[in-house]
Amino acid sequence: MTTLDFFHDETFRDDFTYWNSPEAIRRFPFPFNEDKYMYSVNLEPHVAFKPGSVFEKSFDVDEHYVSEMRDRALVLQEDPLRCQSLPHMNMAGWDLLELIMTKKAAEYPQWFELHQDGDRWRWVNRPLDIDHTFTFLDNTTLPYGPMEYIMRQTQGDYAILDQRDNNLWMDAGMITTQADWSLDFDLGMNFMEWHGPVPLAHEMGIFDRALKFLLNVRQGQPARRLNWTMTVNPRLDTSPERYAKWGTDRMDVNADNVGQLMHLRVELQSFWRLPRSNALVFPIRCYLISLQDLATIPKWGRRFHRVIRDLPDELADYKGLTITRPYVIEYMSQFDDGAPTSPGIFADDE
Amino acid sequence: MLVEGIKSRPIYHPLEPKPGSRHILVADAEGAEAILELATKTPDGFWDKARILYIPRSAVGKGYEERLQALTPFPLYVGPTIAAAIPRLTKELSDAQMGTQIYLAGTEGLVGQAMIVALEAGVDQGSIQRDHRGSEARRVQCVHCKGITEEVTTQPVKCTHCGLMLLVRDHYSRRIGAFQGVCIDAEQPGTAPEPEEAFL
Repeated sequence: MTTLDFFHDETFRDDFTYWNSPEAIRRFPFPFNEDKYMYSVNLEPHVAFKPGSVFEKSFDVDEHYVSEMRDRALVLQEDPLRCQSLPHMNMAGWDLLELIMTKKAAEYPQWFELHQDGDRWRWVNRPLDIDHTFTFLDNTTLPYGPMEYIMRQTQGDYAILDQRDNNLWMDAGMITTQADWSLDFDLGMNFMEWHGPVPLAHEMGIFDRALKFLLNVRQGQPARRLNWTMTVNPRLDTSPERYAKWGTDRMDVNADNVGQLMHLRVELQSFWRLPRSNALVFPIRCYLISLQDLATIPKWGRRFHRVIRDLPDELADYKGLTITRPYVIEYMSQFDDGAPTSPGIFADDE
Repeated sequence: MLVEGIKSRPIYHPLEPKPGSRHILVADAEGAEAILELATKTPDGFWDKARILYIPRSAVGKGYEERLQALTPFPLYVGPTIAAAIPRLTKELSDAQMGTQIYLAGTEGLVGQAMIVALEAGVDQGSIQRDHRGSEARRVQCVHCKGITEEVTTQPVKCTHCGLMLLVRDHYSRRIGAFQGVCIDAEQPGTAPEPEEAFL
């Protein structure tokens, strides 16, 4: 895993050459710890555990890294508003750059190096062939703002939340792999406002509890949770901006191709307090797996069938299953022999 | 009544007089009623420090201009459209000092757009009051082309810019001053339902 051959050359659009290696399937963050699903706050400390899993490192770098960064650059070329930062968020951008560079250099020394000489920093990113010296906190020494600069080198969407008036405000972000929400529209909203369209969860008190937790996240004590949805094709850019372009994908799904086309899309969300700005940064890291690859893990095949079959209708709509659900249930049923499943999210033989 | 339970939508209250060095009041159409009701509660001297900007729109000919003018010794500004009134409001705000109070009343389009101008001018949010009156027509931003369609009363609605049929979501951006419109038939183009009156 030290050579650059590790990284795939693949696409998340047009011909969709994205693929998961057997190792990537095995470490996939399967989000269901029992045979059913309902919203929950499900936050836990983001501490390193289970070597090789996506929970081992602070900011997971996997075989899709280089190609994901290429896809992000394509999105930004077409629509620069996917990356925005209100003026008061500049310091938070530097905080984030520092956090990611120090963690990656420490945890992936074969790929990343950070040399700090006072304010003069040299950053080496071998997978992306970057070797750049700049002055910390001086925007003029970077080709983009600090947030955009480091986000163009980091997998996953990032929202940076300003904390004031006992609330969190979506005041900056890099959002190119989102599941159906618009940074441009939600920029400047508070926590309750940007979650406004989510069904059921407000009434369940989910957001009140989550906000209370997040306001108290401390520096050096990050938290994490998993969330999920379904996507046709391994498409990263499922933005509302381009919905009229990808919406018809769902009509392509039929009983024969559902295993290849339908993908479980899992977000590994984590929450980090930033030191100077006191902002909260919220990485939303996306993992994609086709149903046929998912079913190669027997426990996951059984469980996923039961979860989707028993999902409340409102949630099925929200999770992108309105049209395709019957195909998914029928396809997954062949992997469900009715045997009991073990607790927890990991495959049994690990 | 406005639809309840939209988390991102502003909360509207009847206008209340607040102590201030100056009072800037902006209203359109039936929003004039909110100002006239405020006038029943104001202390002596309030209107000597007040500037009123009014856009009659659908209430033209109802005589609100005369009744508003009667409140204050300063000339009432009467604008033909919201867009035409915005530079005037910007000027009023740039002349304003600490302690200026802002009162906005009328359609959500007017209140939302005036709010943006006030915030951009550096007015503290706590110094701005908002009351919704009259039409529930929505101002809608197409999430695809980012064009704004004004005075939307139907669900769905055709984007006046890119022509897509939009579902008007119950999701409102203060920064943009508009609801979000998302293509309703993206999955099966051509299957959009007929628009029906929804926001009157």
